[in-house]
Amino acid sequence: MSLDKATVARIARLARLRIEAQDQERMVGELNGILTWIEQLRAVDVEGVEPMTSVVAMDLVLREDVVTIPGDRDAVLANAPAKEHGFFVVPKVVE
Amino acid sequence: MTAPLVEGATGPWEVVIGLEVHAQVVSNAKLFSGAATAFGAEPNSQVSFVDAAMPGMLPVINRHCVEQAVKTGLALEARINLVSVFDRKNYFYPDLPAGYQISQYKNPIVGTGTIRLDMKDGSTRTIGITRLHLEQDAGKSLHDVAPGASHVDLNRAGVALMEIVSEPDLRSAEEAGAYLKKLRAILRYIGTCDGNMEEGSLRCDANVSVRRPGGALGTRCEIKNVNSIRFLQRAIEYETQRQIELIEGGGTVVQETRLYDANKGETRAMRSKEEAHDYRYFPDPDLMPLRLDPAWVARLKAGVPELPDAKKDRFMAAYGLSAYDAGVLVGDQVAADYFETVAKGRDAKLAANWVMVELFGALNRLGKEIDASPVSAVQLCGLLDLMADGTISGRLAKDVFAAMVETGKDAAIVVEEKGLRQVTDTGAIEAAIDAIMAREAAKVAEYRAGKDKLFGFFVGQVMRAMGGKANPAQLNDLLKHKLAG
Amino acid sequence: MAALTDLTISEARAGLRARSFSARELADAHVGAMERARELNAFITETADAARAGAGASDARLARGEAGPLEGIPLAIKDLFCTKGVTTTAGSHILHGFASPYESTVTANLWRAGAVMLGKTNLDEFAMGSSNMTSYHGPVVSPWRRKGSNARLVPGGSSGGSAAAVAARLCLGATGTDTGGSIRQPAAFSGIVGLKPTYGRCSRLGIVAFASSLDQAGPLARSVRDCAILLGAMAGHDPLDSTSVDRPVPDYEAALVRPLKGLRVGVPKEYRVDGMPAEIDALWRQGVAWLTDQGATVREVSLPHTRHALPTYYIVAPAEASSNLARYDGVRYGLRVAGDGVDGLYEATRAAGFGAEVQRRVLIGTYVLSAGYYDAYYLRAQRVRTLIARDFARAYEQVDVLLTPTAPSAAFAIGEKMDDPVAMYLNDVFTVPASLAGLPAISVPAGLSADGLPLGLQIIGRAFDEETVIAAGAALERAAGFSHRPDGIAP
Repeated sequence: MSLDKATVARIARLARLRIEAQDQERMVGELNGILTWIEQLRAVDVEGVEPMTSVVAMDLVLREDVVTIPGDRDAVLANAPAKEHGFFVVPKVVE
Repeated sequence: MTAPLVEGATGPWEVVIGLEVHAQVVSNAKLFSGAATAFGAEPNSQVSFVDAAMPGMLPVINRHCVEQAVKTGLALEARINLVSVFDRKNYFYPDLPAGYQISQYKNPIVGTGTIRLDMKDGSTRTIGITRLHLEQDAGKSLHDVAPGASHVDLNRAGVALMEIVSEPDLRSAEEAGAYLKKLRAILRYIGTCDGNMEEGSLRCDANVSVRRPGGALGTRCEIKNVNSIRFLQRAIEYETQRQIELIEGGGTVVQETRLYDANKGETRAMRSKEEAHDYRYFPDPDLMPLRLDPAWVARLKAGVPELPDAKKDRFMAAYGLSAYDAGVLVGDQVAADYFETVAKGRDAKLAANWVMVELFGALNRLGKEIDASPVSAVQLCGLLDLMADGTISGRLAKDVFAAMVETGKDAAIVVEEKGLRQVTDTGAIEAAIDAIMAREAAKVAEYRAGKDKLFGFFVGQVMRAMGGKANPAQLNDLLKHKLAG
Repeated sequence: MAALTDLTISEARAGLRARSFSARELADAHVGAMERARELNAFITETADAARAGAGASDARLARGEAGPLEGIPLAIKDLFCTKGVTTTAGSHILHGFASPYESTVTANLWRAGAVMLGKTNLDEFAMGSSNMTSYHGPVVSPWRRKGSNARLVPGGSSGGSAAAVAARLCLGATGTDTGGSIRQPAAFSGIVGLKPTYGRCSRLGIVAFASSLDQAGPLARSVRDCAILLGAMAGHDPLDSTSVDRPVPDYEAALVRPLKGLRVGVPKEYRVDGMPAEIDALWRQGVAWLTDQGATVREVSLPHTRHALPTYYIVAPAEASSNLARYDGVRYGLRVAGDGVDGLYEATRAAGFGAEVQRRVLIGTYVLSAGYYDAYYLRAQRVRTLIARDFARAYEQVDVLLTPTAPSAAFAIGEKMDDPVAMYLNDVFTVPASLAGLPAISVPAGLSADGLPLGLQIIGRAFDEETVIAAGAALERAAGFSHRPDGIAP
């Protein structure tokens, strides 16, 4: 299987990565190089094999329903590139 | 029951509806963090570093939220999956801090179940539940704080939601409304969601399509942004008509998401360009599969309270209520409890009548919910008891009740203050009768000449003279006797 | 007495307790070395003032007899660990200016044990790399040089800054993280010891995530004992990490003196890959002899799915990374580049903030999870991963540990292997299988290549059996007697 420019553009859009026109060709080549290499996994017989879901066999830990965070708005907003009235600010979103 | 059909210009159409309900889990803390969940807090004041998806932060699941989901599944008589998996649903949106929502995709915590609907015409419908899964809520974006900008509040981000998906079994707006009402009642009975649609604790998306009766399924549209049962029904009715008119006009329905505009009473396609969604679900590597202990599930099952269907059957059997009355009363657990308090040891039908006619009427006028009723169940008991022991008559009771609604006072106090105690003194009633008969001698003669119908006139006159307080039965007996001469 | 910067942690610990020198003197010596060695570019952020202040507090605790197990020990921290109030970059431009309002659990554990932070070390961007050349902050220069050459070499990666700092005597030990070999490979390239614990042994909370099912923190130091000491402080259950294991932390230092008699060592035949340099193969055979000499029994074992480990890793790790890195969107922290609307902002920010290798992996990861490809790539890879873990489980029915080379070559020059991503990925051929299975592994410096560069041997153990890994690693260390030191940096 080989990726074309349109597919790379679609993936890049899904990943919200802008790829400049002059870089597209190179990116298509590199990604195809990697994909061709990982294609070899197709040869492995995985019939009836469960996918690994947890690396270490253990049960999911459950937390008690207790509020443990004081709610430090300043700390949450401290690194925000744009904030106003206690909100994060982004360019207007159209619904 | 046959499916209700909608008549179009070219023949009948069948509406096919499935509902996706997002119910906010009642919990102190969020699904994967220790931040609070209270409604209406200052923006971003209930946000942990996990909720804000700060680098290196990790989710740890809230036991109580899991318990709430299982309880809900049990109440929907659904299959509880002893192993379920949390997946990441990947998409970009400013109120989704991690760029993914932790949800459950292939292996939800609850599988198929059912909800029974009691329709107005006395029929019942069984609606299938496809699944229930746990997921995180997103934050909230405000689009009108300042021009050109959206403002993001993450207080709600990470709050636990149960997504409850129905089969496309609903066939009318009325059924959809009944389904949502019933689901809300069940959630409230077991205390897993407060069902408050205005605050967004209960949200509903509707998938609507139309087809020729018995034909292949049509293309569906998903309606979002519906925040009341009334709007849900209106949105479905509008959307049904839109689709029928579109198809009959030679057009085709496009699968899309539409927003309901409550002001205009219509649905419209979302303005944003719809991209083909590709959520790239995969199991969240920060969380192991969730394994439930069957003994724990069994203990939860034993703790599930009496639910609306069982309560309705019991109300009919134990109190002799009609299916309709019982159905109305169990629709709200507070109302059902109210009724039972009043009915216990009293005339159940009278109690049902008072709750459903007088109390509900008064609440309706006041625009209040029953849990904010100015007259408590115990107070209504007091009123009914005063009627039963003859302290007040049935007609006066309504006046007393009106005063109770207004003042919140006990019935006995209202009766004392207004001097409404029923007169059972034979002498006093006889004196009033004598005075009326003397005043209305001509009518007495007519009555005695055979005009029986005048009896009611005399009752009214005497009652009025006594301020309505005469014991009606005594009044009747004495009046009959005296008029007979 | 040796220079303060030449001490091992255990020696420094003894010296501090004996009051032969103060924690402040120890810190000053390392701060000076750190500042003189800036040409290595090992540190992204130096925290000299905090180091001196921390050392002062350690001296006070030492004086009161309240010393913690790492009291006054100056450490370097890979800049993937969030440290409260000190910027954390993950080697990326996208975290521009980010200072976390929280401390990672592992570093918090170290500070509680009395350790002192010298600074935050350079790394491949988001730990994606084996050379340290993908860092936004520029490549790290290894303190090692090939015999008769002045070519600047890579220290390995992704924990390259940590490895270089330890090797160049700028700190007594350092933290690293290992996703596919990021502790062990730079340790081997830099002539030091690196220990990747079992997945779940150290908390991941507060460590910038690369691939959640693989990432694990561990120590880099100049002796197996030092790694044991550091791991003892770093490890432990964290209720805020659902993948952290709730089991007691053993006394790893005690495992150093375990006799090797009776230890069953496996040599996986599939690791004898085509084109392996003869000197690596020879060193491996030497390792077998060293362990046999000390009483271990060695036999060949088979891990049949070994050759599928790398492609499996390069599906699973990018898939998880593509999702983990979605949070870097210019909204709540870090770099923000304006664009057309919100989506334009995302696309511009992420294009400017992520380097080429990160972008490649995010795209590959997005692709293998996307509709229509999930089953063929991601799900299949997770199945192969099960097979790889089974291979190890079968081998451990016959042996207690496995002995392999750490890397297929010695360090290469800065700029080499950059034009072919896959060639770079092959660096991790011996380290990735244990990562996929979550197993503990150690790299111990065992000898020099023909051109004078360090080579490492790897011991892989059973899950949560770091003690046996340490015991075997110590046996290799004793036998190898590796005492070479880099001369690429002035003392």
